[in-house]
Amino acid sequence: MLNLSRWKLLAVAFSVVFGILFALPNVLPQRTLDAMPGWMPKQKLNLGLDLQGGSYLLLEVDTQALRAEKLTNLIEDMRGTLRNGQIQFSSLSQQNGRISVLINDPAQVNQAANLLRNSVGAPLAGTPGGRDVNVNVQGQRIEVAFVAEAFNAEAAKAVDQSIEIIRRRIDQLGTKEPSITRQGIDRVVVQAAGESDPERLKRVIGQTAKLSFQMVDETVTAQDAAAGRVPPGSVYVPSDDGYLPGYVLKKRVVVSGDMLTDAQQQFDQQSGAPVVSFRFNGVGSRRFGDATSANIGKRFAIVLDNRVISAPVINSAITGGSGQITGSFTVESANDLAVLLRAGALPAPLKVEQQRTVGAELGADAVKAGGISTLVAFVAIVAFMILSYGFLFGGISVVGLVINGLLITAIMTMTQATLTLPGIAGLILTLAVAVDANVLIYERMRDEVRAGRPLLSAMDAGFSRAMTTIIDANVTTILAAAIMFQFGSGPVRGFAWTLSIGVITSVFTAVLITQVLLAVWYRTTRPKTLPIA
Amino acid sequence: MWPLIKILPVKTNFRFVSFAKFAAAFSIIAVIASLAATLLPFKGPCGGLNCGIDFRGGTVLEFSTAPRALDPGVVREALSGRGLGDVQVQSFDATSAMVRFETPPNMNANQTAEGVKSALTQALGAPVKFARTEVVGPKVSGELFRGGIIALGLAIGLMMVYIWFRFELQFGLGAVAGLFHDIILTFGLIAFFNLEFSLTTIAALLTIIGYSMNDTVVVFDRLRENLRKYKKMPLGDVIDLSINETLSRTVITGLTAVLALGGLAVFGGETLFGFSIIMIFGIVFGTYSSIYVGAPIILLWGVKRGDDDEPAKPIVPTGSAVRP
Repeated sequence: MLNLSRWKLLAVAFSVVFGILFALPNVLPQRTLDAMPGWMPKQKLNLGLDLQGGSYLLLEVDTQALRAEKLTNLIEDMRGTLRNGQIQFSSLSQQNGRISVLINDPAQVNQAANLLRNSVGAPLAGTPGGRDVNVNVQGQRIEVAFVAEAFNAEAAKAVDQSIEIIRRRIDQLGTKEPSITRQGIDRVVVQAAGESDPERLKRVIGQTAKLSFQMVDETVTAQDAAAGRVPPGSVYVPSDDGYLPGYVLKKRVVVSGDMLTDAQQQFDQQSGAPVVSFRFNGVGSRRFGDATSANIGKRFAIVLDNRVISAPVINSAITGGSGQITGSFTVESANDLAVLLRAGALPAPLKVEQQRTVGAELGADAVKAGGISTLVAFVAIVAFMILSYGFLFGGISVVGLVINGLLITAIMTMTQATLTLPGIAGLILTLAVAVDANVLIYERMRDEVRAGRPLLSAMDAGFSRAMTTIIDANVTTILAAAIMFQFGSGPVRGFAWTLSIGVITSVFTAVLITQVLLAVWYRTTRPKTLPIA
Repeated sequence: MWPLIKILPVKTNFRFVSFAKFAAAFSIIAVIASLAATLLPFKGPCGGLNCGIDFRGGTVLEFSTAPRALDPGVVREALSGRGLGDVQVQSFDATSAMVRFETPPNMNANQTAEGVKSALTQALGAPVKFARTEVVGPKVSGELFRGGIIALGLAIGLMMVYIWFRFELQFGLGAVAGLFHDIILTFGLIAFFNLEFSLTTIAALLTIIGYSMNDTVVVFDRLRENLRKYKKMPLGDVIDLSINETLSRTVITGLTAVLALGGLAVFGGETLFGFSIIMIFGIVFGTYSSIYVGAPIILLWGVKRGDDDEPAKPIVPTGSAVRP
């Protein structure tokens, strides 16, 4: 160990410079950082949500609803196809995901089946000519069901679309650097750091925002509606407009939200109340113009997520392709609705499966508590090591410890690994166990000196023989950390990551830094005895 | 300067093995008691443990009405009659408190939490500031629980494979017995002190597994070396010798870890208190088990040493032993 090879010195020097360079931005004020030359690293530690405040949302695409919708569409599709083919049928219904229909004329069964095979459902990716439905004929009954892959493909597509739409919505709220990632088959994780109003975030993400304009069915009286007597082709929809608990609407959708090109929060010119103004695309304006000019004096309803927002009376034909939604809005809720309409509707409802929100103040408190405990732990370890091994050997391990802390901070900063509150605990534990390698080496040296070896060879043997133990002992910790990383989530992962980095840097510092420092000490003082023996 | 190391005798010569029987009796009783406390009653996912919302699903809300004082009675009042089942209200100080409740089955976790929030805001009079909101749905909590248990099992399995690979089967068995011992006793203490069992607890347990193995490996490493060095020494004596030789290291490392975690427990705040306490327990047990569980099991099983194990006279180790 006396031969201080060049690469060892280089490695030590390099690691110290590297450590200082990358750890430095964490303690410098932002203004100094901005003034530094461009090649200097400027990243700071990436603090987890529990340390800087923010929201974590685990959302699940409601595949059940998606499935139901897909089946409903298929039924309508079949109804249309059979009607267009002039085939008489009855009892078209759905049970357990299978749709069955009775063909009245036995002679038409084959024709009907072929028609359905060729035009119902959608082409299935990966199988040329195949469709995503199976059509079975049993006597006069035809059964149609989706193949299993159809739903999975749909769910995957829905998750992709949802991510895109969530991103658009959040971007428009002005949230800084949200992270939106897919998890598993049907889940989306949204993380927004420092979000000042997590409730608003959730409200904006959580709404499906399916908008439609439908005519009110004026043939139904209020009493009929209340009694649930709704004619076929119409449907009862609850209302938020404050006048009626709900309206009976024609099922046919005049214009839907996907025909919007723009939506803005504005103020009503007469009442001054916040409203959402919108603009249709070509198809939308034509259909809206036709519907309004044919129904002057009647009501139409603006429906959002299956609730009526308002149901104004049509005073004149609206042909310009724009209009406004009035309702009991505040400026914020009108603005949120405009954001939702601009970003588009989610393909399926999202369910919040897990939510974690930490206020920024609480995060700051946690950082403070973590800092104090790290300091206390550090002082305790330093004092203990110096008490145990004296200023020289204890001091050497303290220097190793400081460099270790520096390296952990630098690597965490460089890799932008997330530091969480449990991560700080991992850091403290690492610092405590980091001295273990030093202790193992020192104890070995004492053993060897006591066994009668000359000082130099005892020190050498101390290193080489402690090495296997150090490796064995640390591999176990790395294994545990790897498992935590694999199975843990959020803060636990942060802990595992900090622990792993700490183990690697502490082996490095204990073995290399200690060795170099001891060699320097030996060369300069040429001691005859081991001070700790 | 007065190096602490000097107060420890330079050469300890404790007869650890001779106490092995008492230690074994203590350990067996402690393990049985801990298992009972952990598992009984067989209810819910966590048995006798104080299950956190991570594994059971539910909601934790932390809020403050600062600068106005907060009356926990009003909070309880506001939450009663909402069908929430077991509601825990815990006040931190005069102006802030925490509530924890399970989501009743067939209710939406998120909507329930929203309902409770607005009920609290209404009952306490605005403004109520929610510092922390955590909602875990039943589906996710089940997955987290399975994941946690799998992680623990996998960690123990991996350690066994590693030790078996690096040492011999007997050592592996000894190490794993020690591991189970530490984990079970730590579970027992979690149950006894009613600490929360959550994902963070699993992280603490995994770290304890790492530490306990670390400690055991150091002793085993020396044991393996001494077995080669003193071929004629009775197994019990070699074990005693190895433990004694590594004792100062064991004590120093254990004490530093406990000191550092003690700082964390005192200054780390509410969230890390349970975590640090559990790790301190684990480290104490880990140290104890590497002396009194791992090694004696090897004594019980015996170990192949190349030569026959003839009953030999006690040999005092000399410095000039033959090295392989």
